[in-house]
Amino acid sequence: MVTVPQIFQTMDYGPAPEGAAAAEGWLDSHGRTFKHFIDGDWCAPHEGQWFESSNPATGLPLARIAQAEQTDVDMAVAAARAAQAPWRKLGAHRRARYLYALARLVQKHSRMLAILETLDGGKPIREARDMDLPLVARHFYHHAGWAQLLDREFSGYEPIGVVGQIIPWNFPLLMLAWKVAPALATGNTVVLKPAEFTSLTALLFAELCQEAGLPPGVVNIVTGDGTTGEHIVAHPDIDKLAFTGSTEVGRAIRKASAGTGKRLSLELGGKSPFIVFDDADLDSAVEGVVDAIWFNQGQVCCAGSRLLVQENIAEAMIAKLRARMKSLRVGDPLDKAIDIGAIVAPVQLQRIEQFVAKGLAEGASLWQPDWTRPDQGCFYPPTLFTEVAPAATIAQEEIFGPVLVAMSFRTPAEAVALGNNSRYGLAASVWSESLSLALDVAGKLKCGTVWVNSTNLFDAACGFGGYRESGFGREGGREGLYEYLRPVWQATLPPYDAPTRQADPVPPPAGAPRAIDRTAKLYLGGRQVRSDSGYSRAVLAPDGTLIGEVYEGNRKDVRDAVEAARKAQDWRRATGHNRAQVLYYIAENLEVRAAEFRDRIAAMTGATRRAAAREVAASVRRLCAYAGWADKFDGALHGPSLRAVTLAMHEPLGIIAVVCPDEAPLLAFVSLTAPALAMGNRVVAVPSERHPLAATDFYQVLDTSDLPGGALNIVTGTRDTLAKVLAEHDQVDSVWYVGDGEGSAMIERVSVGNLKRTWVNYGRRRDWFDVAQTEGREFLRQATEVKNVWLPHGA
Amino acid sequence: MAKTRPALASEHWAISARDEPARNPGMAFEPSWLDEVRINRSAVERRAGTLPTRRSIKKEWQTAWLLKAISCLDLTTLSGDDTPGRVRRLCAKARQPVRADILEALGVAELGITVGAVCVYHAMIEAALEALAGTDIPVAAVSAGFPAALSSAALRLSEVEASVAAGAREIDIVIHRGHVLTGNWQALYDEVRGFREACGNARLKTIIASGDIATLGNVARASLVCMMAGADFIKTSTGKEAVNATMPVSLVMVRAIRAYRERTGHTVGFKPAGGISTAKAALGYLALMKDELGRPWLEPGLFRIGASSLLGDIERQLAHAVSGRYAADYHQPMV
Repeated sequence: MVTVPQIFQTMDYGPAPEGAAAAEGWLDSHGRTFKHFIDGDWCAPHEGQWFESSNPATGLPLARIAQAEQTDVDMAVAAARAAQAPWRKLGAHRRARYLYALARLVQKHSRMLAILETLDGGKPIREARDMDLPLVARHFYHHAGWAQLLDREFSGYEPIGVVGQIIPWNFPLLMLAWKVAPALATGNTVVLKPAEFTSLTALLFAELCQEAGLPPGVVNIVTGDGTTGEHIVAHPDIDKLAFTGSTEVGRAIRKASAGTGKRLSLELGGKSPFIVFDDADLDSAVEGVVDAIWFNQGQVCCAGSRLLVQENIAEAMIAKLRARMKSLRVGDPLDKAIDIGAIVAPVQLQRIEQFVAKGLAEGASLWQPDWTRPDQGCFYPPTLFTEVAPAATIAQEEIFGPVLVAMSFRTPAEAVALGNNSRYGLAASVWSESLSLALDVAGKLKCGTVWVNSTNLFDAACGFGGYRESGFGREGGREGLYEYLRPVWQATLPPYDAPTRQADPVPPPAGAPRAIDRTAKLYLGGRQVRSDSGYSRAVLAPDGTLIGEVYEGNRKDVRDAVEAARKAQDWRRATGHNRAQVLYYIAENLEVRAAEFRDRIAAMTGATRRAAAREVAASVRRLCAYAGWADKFDGALHGPSLRAVTLAMHEPLGIIAVVCPDEAPLLAFVSLTAPALAMGNRVVAVPSERHPLAATDFYQVLDTSDLPGGALNIVTGTRDTLAKVLAEHDQVDSVWYVGDGEGSAMIERVSVGNLKRTWVNYGRRRDWFDVAQTEGREFLRQATEVKNVWLPHGA
Repeated sequence: MAKTRPALASEHWAISARDEPARNPGMAFEPSWLDEVRINRSAVERRAGTLPTRRSIKKEWQTAWLLKAISCLDLTTLSGDDTPGRVRRLCAKARQPVRADILEALGVAELGITVGAVCVYHAMIEAALEALAGTDIPVAAVSAGFPAALSSAALRLSEVEASVAAGAREIDIVIHRGHVLTGNWQALYDEVRGFREACGNARLKTIIASGDIATLGNVARASLVCMMAGADFIKTSTGKEAVNATMPVSLVMVRAIRAYRERTGHTVGFKPAGGISTAKAALGYLALMKDELGRPWLEPGLFRIGASSLLGDIERQLAHAVSGRYAADYHQPMV
């Protein structure tokens, strides 16, 4: 036993354990056995299967948890379905009261929840207590407010229905809150599966739902491993899936749910850069690194795991960092005076060890503090790799552990290039005392959140979510609510009457009258070019008359079109005002040639001249609408609950592929390309397969309208063949597809390569003349990413 | 007086309460260093706010750390109504800061805990010296126009000389805030350099009056200039400003101490003063010193807390450690 005089000499830290008796008592009160929470009650697993949840700090078992199989998931979904209409009808205010009650209950039981979180997942009790739980309560309070305001602020929208939610083990209760609060606020009901390593706080939350008197079936919690998740993903009566977890599983979910019409939001992995400029407060930046990569043992999707330091300060920064690492304390997560707790499970510890071994094998230089880590339980010391090449595995792959890789850069441009040199795009941290430099860099980083002179800050008012393979959709803030809402007219859209595809290109019929001998070229990089294929396809009038030919575009044409789009950086950099001017100019030039387009539409589609004239006029109006929008789809300024402003900036996605339907061949083409262009995206468009000439004529309008080459590229040919190449193309950031159900499914299925955003119509037909359905904010949201830039301030 | 040079962050760094580190000789004024200062207030506040929550100190460790806080205490009285009698009471408390029965029960009687120093105005030096005779508790005198520092330069300098001559072993001078607010760093350097010379063998503590100099950048720059000019300690506050010692200000100052040591090899102490009145706050400051600077800064040679009412709260915590009952203030002998 160490004595007070001894401690007086050593001045060591001692143990400061948080008592776990109440949490253990709660587990005991359930006989350390937990069933599913379905329809407001506890249900034994139908197949009688259970699994064990253990404490990673000790390896000791905590409880036996039900494993949900198909029948259990069916029951949960049925309960959610039955509860949904009444829950919706309850009205905004009464739903708000339930959310408010949940927030209060979370606060009332916050210590028990925090301790359970630590027991089950190994995170330091300090973090569970000071980070997770306050954010959980805040999320419910914030969304209680949204529930109250929903009718006015989101008029014209309705809940999607039953939502299947699958959450990870790194922030079990916080991720539950991020999923459940917005779903409930918007009138949806929920089937939620916590991660198998960390089910306990979700189960205590189920009790809080009972205590709050939440109507049965509104929240259902089924526990289990990945197979349970698969049952949820595959369930036909689920309307939306929300998943947070690994990119690998996110990809599988995208694939499995392709074409089902389920809405999907994914919050996936990251390899977020932590960028330090030479005018940063270096000591604070070092502390930022601690919060970035040694928070929750580095098991954070947005962990700042790539340290990029300006070369002239790299040595000083690394030296400070090593000194700081020596004072980090690893140990019992229930100890209130440790910095780093336990890795969630042995399998994760092995994964970290494998990555570190790989880093060493690839020649990087490893540094760890010389103190020893606990020899029992799942622990890993803070780890720093220097001399890491951007190509190294540890610089590319998400390690999900307390492992930092460091690289240096010379200029702001190089920092941005290195920062963006990743398949992920979740978050970034930028350190500089120059606001002008920091904001410039923040704007250029491809990620959903940028923390300036800070890191790992979260707030219910600020959207969170990724670019690229970090997923799509946002959680938190106004932007997050759209994930759980749809326009009321959407459910009533009719399916297409007949198949919209043509089986094969139609060869020019023998002996057909050849009034016109002209083959419209592709439009790539602002130039008319012949297809690489050397094939053309006939464009026929409804009566079979040959009215023209277009090229049969192929893979290489798509490649060239995307390449042209990639190079068209001018359009991205143009101001909203500039883009508006160009769109107005296009509208003006289209109107000049209105008669020609009218006749073309009439000839291709058999529409009356009057109807065709109406389509041209509507197209002009639509161009004008987006010219109007070009400088008005502003972002927002969120007020998080600390001294900071958060800029929710609307940014173009990059390259959007637009695949157009056959009906309204000009208006649909304009309706899809104009919003994408207005927001600064570059577009590769596949026009109507059957009636492409309106689009190929259109590039003559473009040529006279000052649109920079490459901003809009047009590839004609077999729609779904081209669409597939585009959906597979890793440089393409989103695909909008309007066609049949089969094509929609194909797009979603093959988009998994880079997990691009997709927007497909599942074979439902919009009325292109109905402004509510085909113009405005829904299109603009699809054409933008929301990036939240956090700016803490203080003189 | 033993002079040892502490090693950085050594694991078991034992030093008796009266060992004193080598003095800071200062260095030539280097204005370019001040241009390099970058302080981000939000980030500093975040670290300062979370550091105490990262370091919970309980049971025997809390007892030992609180005793350490006492040994680093500059027990202070700086009131217009101070009298020799009042100062004698203070000094009696300095000699026996904790009830003997409590120390006995805690098994720490042999540590001979006293406070780090007694801090008074010049006029009270004599009374303090008499009352502390036979101990090695130094008397510290506030000086150089304390607290506003707006008397004449000659007067301020002669005040330092007089206090040293009167037997003060430590001199707590206060800087002319106008030099900071107008960016006249050379003048600040010259002033402190002068005080340092006037101190002779007495240790120089420089009060930067952080509550008056507005920004954390000024706090860092003033700290650096004082250290360049030879301060043995940098001190936050007079106790008379509207805002006295805070954790963010302290974090900036201890980081400046670290930067100064990294660049020059010289070791400078830190003294937060004013507004530290709870045992819990004192533990937070000790954790700040240990985590940001290392074990050597947990000794009175390099760390002092300037306080008057803090001791009473620490005593009550120690009484609680012995009895398991929460203590009443009137059970602790008053100052």
